[in-house]
Amino acid sequence: MKYSIFSLARAALSGHKNWQRTWRDATPKDHYDVVIIGGGGHGLATAWFLASEYGIRNVAVLEKGWIGSGNAGRNTTIIRSNYGLPGNTGFYELSMKLWERMEQDLNYNTMVSQRGVVNLYHSDAQRDAYARRGNTMRINGIDAELLDLAAVKKMMPFLNFSNARFPVQGGLLQRRGGTARHDAVVWGYAHAASALGVDIIQNCEVTGFTRDANGKVTGVETSRGRIGAGKVGMAVAGSSSRVADMAGLRLPIESHVLQAFVSEAIKPVIPNVITFGAGHFYVSQSDKGGLVFGGDIDGYNSYAQRGNMPVMEDVCEGGMALMPMIGRVRLLRQWGGIMDMSMDGSPIIDKTPVDGLYLNAGWCYGGFKATPGSGLVFAHLLARDEPHKEAEKFRLDRFQRGAMIDEKGQGAQPNLH
Amino acid sequence: MRIVCPFCGERELGEFSYLGDAKSVRPVAGASQDEVYDYVYLRDNIAGVTSENWYHGGGCRAWLKISRNTLTHEISSVEPAAGAGAKQVAK
Repeated sequence: MKYSIFSLARAALSGHKNWQRTWRDATPKDHYDVVIIGGGGHGLATAWFLASEYGIRNVAVLEKGWIGSGNAGRNTTIIRSNYGLPGNTGFYELSMKLWERMEQDLNYNTMVSQRGVVNLYHSDAQRDAYARRGNTMRINGIDAELLDLAAVKKMMPFLNFSNARFPVQGGLLQRRGGTARHDAVVWGYAHAASALGVDIIQNCEVTGFTRDANGKVTGVETSRGRIGAGKVGMAVAGSSSRVADMAGLRLPIESHVLQAFVSEAIKPVIPNVITFGAGHFYVSQSDKGGLVFGGDIDGYNSYAQRGNMPVMEDVCEGGMALMPMIGRVRLLRQWGGIMDMSMDGSPIIDKTPVDGLYLNAGWCYGGFKATPGSGLVFAHLLARDEPHKEAEKFRLDRFQRGAMIDEKGQGAQPNLH
Repeated sequence: MRIVCPFCGERELGEFSYLGDAKSVRPVAGASQDEVYDYVYLRDNIAGVTSENWYHGGGCRAWLKISRNTLTHEISSVEPAAGAGAKQVAK
């Protein structure tokens, strides 16, 4: 169905009883041109771009649970393109531009809100680093403004400006950054992809790969039977190592848990997205009023979708250092998602050494903002068998070649990225 | 998650740092480029029981070898990493 002012009015006037399903809950066919493993934002976006941009419509998205039940359904919803290194800068800006036209492209309200992202700085060295990053962004045609203390005070008067240890000195602002509604992104891609003929198959867990005599992948074994495929793309977030293991691959990835938090709803107070540069804390306020915030990963390998107390304490300390006013706000809920932490903190989008198997992995904890860009470049790779020009640096062999994209300069330490 | 240090007893997680897979063995001098790549970058990343190195920086500062289930966070054994000598100290 196509949403319009008339379809909304018609549904409203008939008591909201005649809404149609927004995507088809398909049963698997015997064979597809492309099978995507993983019905999160990236997998669904890939399917939609395959159908809409590259004309490949005989596509299935296989999801172990229900679509959007993993990290896509539980994240801190931030979108931005304030990256400094070649490879990242162009890619995230591509993604940002796709966010800006997503609702028109998908005919779905994904609540993209360009409320601005401010990274605060607390020392001269950090100011210089942010100035450099801002300049890099502007050279590449991306908006960035370096704010001084007076500008930050005007924009966010509620911050603690008398913190003796980590005084706020200013911030780097990207006005085009902001938030989007994570569930709506999943539903929007499902809605638009399904309308173009993509099969979205839920409760379908991949348990193995079928290969021909030459080792080429010819399909997948699933909990709903064997499904043949010309090509198979993996977009399974924190489970990349486990799925790749079924094809005999070891990846430069560790799985770690990241916790995030939502407070009870309060009146509108935080106008934008704020990150606390002295620690690791970031916060925005949802349209329902809850404060949505997070910080570091727990820092050790984990597939348990829950976190531990020390990081929770650390995140709340970061919040209190920045905004003492939230001290009496109650925490409503907390969750832990599993992340692919790659060895340089950047994603991997490439063919694998196994013929017919393609990899979209290693998003660390920044995968949400990449959703549309990731879908476009992965669809390009699947359709054309060569990398999209904005994803040329995300190759799997970059670790062997010494061509890391290490935005934080931490080296091969996944728990520090 | 709490860890029972063989020297200090049961302590909270915040006292410890995670230092990765205990199974990886540092390649000897003269190892091939592939062996070094394998050691530095590739990971088994097991869903299940793994053996890992932890450092008790907030306590006795000993290196520990811990068996832990990455699906449940359940810890099945904690040993001093240094081997027999350290085990004697533990008694």
